[in-house]
Amino acid sequence: MVSSPSPSAAAASALFPAAEVAFDIRALSLWYGSFQALRDITLQIPARQVTALIGPSGCGKSSLLRCLNRLNELVPDVRIRGEVYFEGANIYAPDTDPVEVRRRIGMVFQKPNPFPKSIYDNVAWGPRINGYRGNLDELVERSLRRAALWDEVKDKLRQSGLALSGGQQQRLCIARALALEPDVILMDEPCSALDPIATYRIEGLISELKSQYTIVIVTHNMQQASRVSDYTAFMLAGEERVGELIEFAPTSQFFTKPRDKRSEDYITGRFG
Amino acid sequence: MDPRATYHEALRALQDQMLALARLVEQAIDRAIAALKARDAELARQVVAEDVLIDRRRYEIEERVVTLIATQQPTAGDLRTILAILHITIELERMGDYAEGIAKIAEQLADQPLLKPLIDIPRMAEQVRSMLRRSLEAFLARDAGAARAIAREDDQIDALKEQVYRELLTYMIEDPSTITRATYLIWVTHNLERMADRVTNICERIVFLVTGRLEETPAPAP
Repeated sequence: MVSSPSPSAAAASALFPAAEVAFDIRALSLWYGSFQALRDITLQIPARQVTALIGPSGCGKSSLLRCLNRLNELVPDVRIRGEVYFEGANIYAPDTDPVEVRRRIGMVFQKPNPFPKSIYDNVAWGPRINGYRGNLDELVERSLRRAALWDEVKDKLRQSGLALSGGQQQRLCIARALALEPDVILMDEPCSALDPIATYRIEGLISELKSQYTIVIVTHNMQQASRVSDYTAFMLAGEERVGELIEFAPTSQFFTKPRDKRSEDYITGRFG
Repeated sequence: MDPRATYHEALRALQDQMLALARLVEQAIDRAIAALKARDAELARQVVAEDVLIDRRRYEIEERVVTLIATQQPTAGDLRTILAILHITIELERMGDYAEGIAKIAEQLADQPLLKPLIDIPRMAEQVRSMLRRSLEAFLARDAGAARAIAREDDQIDALKEQVYRELLTYMIEDPSTITRATYLIWVTHNLERMADRVTNICERIVFLVTGRLEETPAPAP
């Protein structure tokens, strides 16, 4: 990635030191055709912490998440203004390779989406096509261990990933993301298709992974955001349904004493 | 595997914080009485100064409780544990204040001869400390029966207080020059008696923690 210095790294948020900023989002706006989905989002996301993006449906949280690894560009007619610096380099700079961005910034989706392949091949697939030269067996085992799935699947690596339970499939997708050795894992509603126990397992896994990875999670379940995240960004669709950032704060503060009245009204269920 | 290991670890850490606070309070009681017995003004001042630490820890625990409730949605036994810890912490902090009060009296009395050798007051203090220590063991063991039994020991403290009161009264009647010192000592027994009441409150919280019922310890027969 090209490294043009981030203009705001020095003026980083007082919440955490500038050196610990993973994403520095500067005045980011996004349009799908003529519809504006995000307006002037300025936000710094800390490294090796869990940041939750919350807000009502249509507030733009998933759109913002997808801006962080240039996934929105795959949508036709999309237009982006502003900058997203990742570790000091603008990922939207013309000479930045979006494929490399997406390798370093992995993603886990709402519905578990394993490939119709064996458990082993699900994890090995990304490294293989990226020309991984190390020991693939070791990489698969390491990734499955980090995803807290190894003990459950080590004796059936050749079975189809689709034969696993929903919660296991989601952990397989996390293992698949980890196999590319990313720096960041983006999660878009990773538990909304899971039962409570499988949900708690994924949440426990997120807590473990944050020592090594920056994690950004979108969730419509604000209790989940409060349980798993260190920082919370609250978004709302304002005028003309354009998504805006209302408040960003440490999660313990956000859920006990939010600064903005709209935040308070949302988390106490007094909306509308 | 515990799917909410991080949260349960936070609960255990909260409990450890409360136990550490209880040890500070026990130590404050112990030192306040030692300062009184030895007429050690320096030790008394130390107890007064260290009450700030007890207050600070109480607020740290309260903040963690608020965060845990706001972010982890505790339910059932976890919720009762957190609420019990909150209540017990407040009781402990007040017990620390009573110990501080005794230390202030010890400081006042340090430059005067002891009215009499102190026997019943240290005995009361030891009994209060023992009740406190055993109540926290009952908390850890989730033993409602033990908690109820400890709460009933409050009667013994009341009886000891009454005994010391009558004895000091005779000193004051015989020699009015002892009135100031005797009155201070009566205040010491009052503080110890209030501490025992706080332990009773702690025991009621343990009963709630175990049974889910809020019950008042029956008052002693008149």
